[in-house]
Amino acid sequence: MREKIVYGLVAAAAIILAINFYRIMLVLPDDAMQGPIYRIIYFHVPAAITAFTGFFVALVLSAWYLSSGKMTADSLAASVTEVSLVFAVLNLVTGSIWAHVIWGVWWTWDARLTSMLVCVLIYAGYLMLRQAIDEPTRRARLSAALSIFGFADVVIVWKSIEWFRTNHPQPVLSVRTGGGHMDPRMEAALYINLLALVLFAAALTIVRARQEAAAREIDSLRRYANAY
Amino acid sequence: MDARNIAFMFYGLLTAWLIVAFYVVSLARRSARLKKELDDVKQLMSANTAAATEKQPARR
Repeated sequence: MREKIVYGLVAAAAIILAINFYRIMLVLPDDAMQGPIYRIIYFHVPAAITAFTGFFVALVLSAWYLSSGKMTADSLAASVTEVSLVFAVLNLVTGSIWAHVIWGVWWTWDARLTSMLVCVLIYAGYLMLRQAIDEPTRRARLSAALSIFGFADVVIVWKSIEWFRTNHPQPVLSVRTGGGHMDPRMEAALYINLLALVLFAAALTIVRARQEAAAREIDSLRRYANAY
Repeated sequence: MDARNIAFMFYGLLTAWLIVAFYVVSLARRSARLKKELDDVKQLMSANTAAATEKQPARR
């Protein structure tokens, strides 16, 4: 059943991405100021929103683990964090390539870029922490605490372009500006890509969660074997 | 400028898909390793259980 869900999610994401990719590359016009490079936004922004959604889900699951002690919540939090981290890295790398063309530099210590890099480092640290601790309950408790406190940086990333004067472009999506900053057809294509990336991230999270369950089973079998 | 602009757009999209592809391959490899590890542990458990049953003295 789970396999069917994974295949279904991946197929839906692939179909949506393929149709939308055609629209992005061949139907929508170039940006008047930036030229074709602006098309990176269709992956850069949805990747960031997918990552932040995942980090928020991890925060909720971590809080659930701390309140209930259920290891399933811990496994799911670890799975969703790992997948979200991939999308956060994707966001940073695509942003850097865009910056090389538009700003003339690969990287600048701008508030938005720096806070996003810190975000990636925090969640990479979360995964490293989990590798470093063998005892499952202690590992789950400490990583849940890190996930909850780490989410503060996601809020800083989100608000950094409002709080600080940055090189990074100001918000253009109508959900934040009320509209008028981006062509509605371009914005629609961006949201469609976001939907595809979220579906794909969900499929990856299910696969990763199944791996966590298998690792737990191996661990408990080993403990059982050692006990007798 | 435009040719460079288009080239970097493709680099950006290619890099995005390469990152995703790299992660998907790493997930598939991890799944295969975990499956093998689980089979090994289960085999070891059944071998241990069989050995323990043989060691037990026969009841009369």
